[in-house]
Amino acid sequence: MSQVLHTPPPTATPGPHADDAAALAAQYGLTVSGARPSLPAYVRQLWARRHFITAFATAKLTAQYSQAKLGQVWQVMTPLLNAAVYYFIFGVLLGTSHGVADFIPFLVTGVFIWTFTQSSIMAGTRAISGSLGLVRALHFPRAALPVSYALQQLQQLLFSMAALVVILLCFGVPVAASWLLAVPILTLQFIFNAGVAMVMARMGAKTPDIAQLMPFLLRTWMYVSGVMWSIDKMLKHSSVPHWVEIALASNPAAVYIDLMRFALIDSFHAHQLPHHVWALAIGWALVAGVGGFIYFWKAEETYGRG
Amino acid sequence: MADTITKSAIQDTPRGTSAAPVPTVIADRVDIVYRVNGTGAGKGSATAALNRILRGKQAEKAAGVRKVHAVRCVSFTAYKGEAIGLIGTNGSGKSTLLKAVAGLLPVENGKIYTDGQPSLLGVNAALMNDLTGERNVYLGGLAMGMSREQVRERYQEIVDFSGINEKGDFITLPMRTYSSGMAARLRFSIAAAKDHDVLMIDEALATGDRSFQKRSEARIRELRKSAGTVFLVSHNNKSIRDTCDRVLWLERGELRMDGPTDEVLKEYEKFTGK
Repeated sequence: MSQVLHTPPPTATPGPHADDAAALAAQYGLTVSGARPSLPAYVRQLWARRHFITAFATAKLTAQYSQAKLGQVWQVMTPLLNAAVYYFIFGVLLGTSHGVADFIPFLVTGVFIWTFTQSSIMAGTRAISGSLGLVRALHFPRAALPVSYALQQLQQLLFSMAALVVILLCFGVPVAASWLLAVPILTLQFIFNAGVAMVMARMGAKTPDIAQLMPFLLRTWMYVSGVMWSIDKMLKHSSVPHWVEIALASNPAAVYIDLMRFALIDSFHAHQLPHHVWALAIGWALVAGVGGFIYFWKAEETYGRG
Repeated sequence: MADTITKSAIQDTPRGTSAAPVPTVIADRVDIVYRVNGTGAGKGSATAALNRILRGKQAEKAAGVRKVHAVRCVSFTAYKGEAIGLIGTNGSGKSTLLKAVAGLLPVENGKIYTDGQPSLLGVNAALMNDLTGERNVYLGGLAMGMSREQVRERYQEIVDFSGINEKGDFITLPMRTYSSGMAARLRFSIAAAKDHDVLMIDEALATGDRSFQKRSEARIRELRKSAGTVFLVSHNNKSIRDTCDRVLWLERGELRMDGPTDEVLKEYEKFTGK
């Protein structure tokens, strides 16, 4: 077979002229394919896909351990092992437990709540760049992906919270009405996480290298957020200026962690929280959630390029 | 004044029969370019990457970002009720063009106007091998934009069509345990469960055994009836001849020919030396 790859005579009928094409499209109500919808339309589309978002999150979560012999037991085992490692390093070896009442509940709450934010952000960074196949095959509002990944982490956290309740009871923390505060706290934290995940998803879609950088940023963030030490106790007698202490305690991760400790642990008192802590929690959630959503939507039509 | 001129021009289009044809897809001088990192002279070495970051766009080519111009200045108008075949040798930009029409790949230049949301027949990317066939039916259906109720209604239909349960209760096993033929059958069955306005079918649909092939061909004919416009990419000239009344021939990303199936296929067969 001799396949001659010279170009055959261009017998193509000329397509419509530019102005004609636009006029013709307008006349029959055709819209530009793949154009970014308006913000309200985008919200509606996203809402219409809510079942996909939840189904995708649950599917990812169950697929995660489906090959392991212990299966879904790992959902609870993984966070417990994590907490054990941190207890060994910080509680036993470094002794940051000094002066902190109920150190193990304090530490485990911190680790679980922090892990929720950390893994949502990491998953968000890869939400678009890691699902290019899906983005290039099916049409749906792309925000469904980072939101779905954040939701998967929320479901994961609910398993951790079940483990946390057992730990709390084992260490003699009494059941209290304030435990109910966990619901609004987790809701606010989820909105915050989903917002940051959307910001990271857009950045990660343009520059996949960010996924390599994030672990370092996140680790720094973890160490300054008082996950395994008490900002309040540690900095009280140090030479660190007061505003640094306030800044550390007001950062979103510390706010959500300390609020959850306040809700769950009876020996963690309100005076250990920064001032206006609920305003901070709501503010961070709104800024990240709304800002992240708009930032992500602005580049909607470019996802999947390259 | 200008309006009346354009309108009369539209009615004079060659395909204008008794009533003015209703366009469903208009492609206006579409260019599609892929950018690939880490190729070319620099071979993606560290210095090349740094060079690219420091010197910005000018250094893109030198630093190993290669541009692949997949589709060049393609214009066409598709009308309601047409079945259009896309032909061309491998790598000529057929699938890329379809993805752009579906709004999945951004265009570099030009515009594509469509009636509603054209959809590509295929759901593979949404499915997960570690999940059971049953959960994949739901996941795939939801990913295509069906509601939970719609999937529930069609669930039995999808499973029966795929024939997965003919040899036992396989739908409740993870998809990674399926043979490649079984998985392909389930994927097609999920993808074909939804009705579309503008439907685009990429080649390689003929998967599975003979009886399944017959069933899927029948299902595609059904989909064609309910869809307004159908695009079919195929290397099988016979299936193009059977299903399409108009053919677009792409070669090296350029539209070579656009016309009735017989004419274009004759030229194409001459070109490929068949």
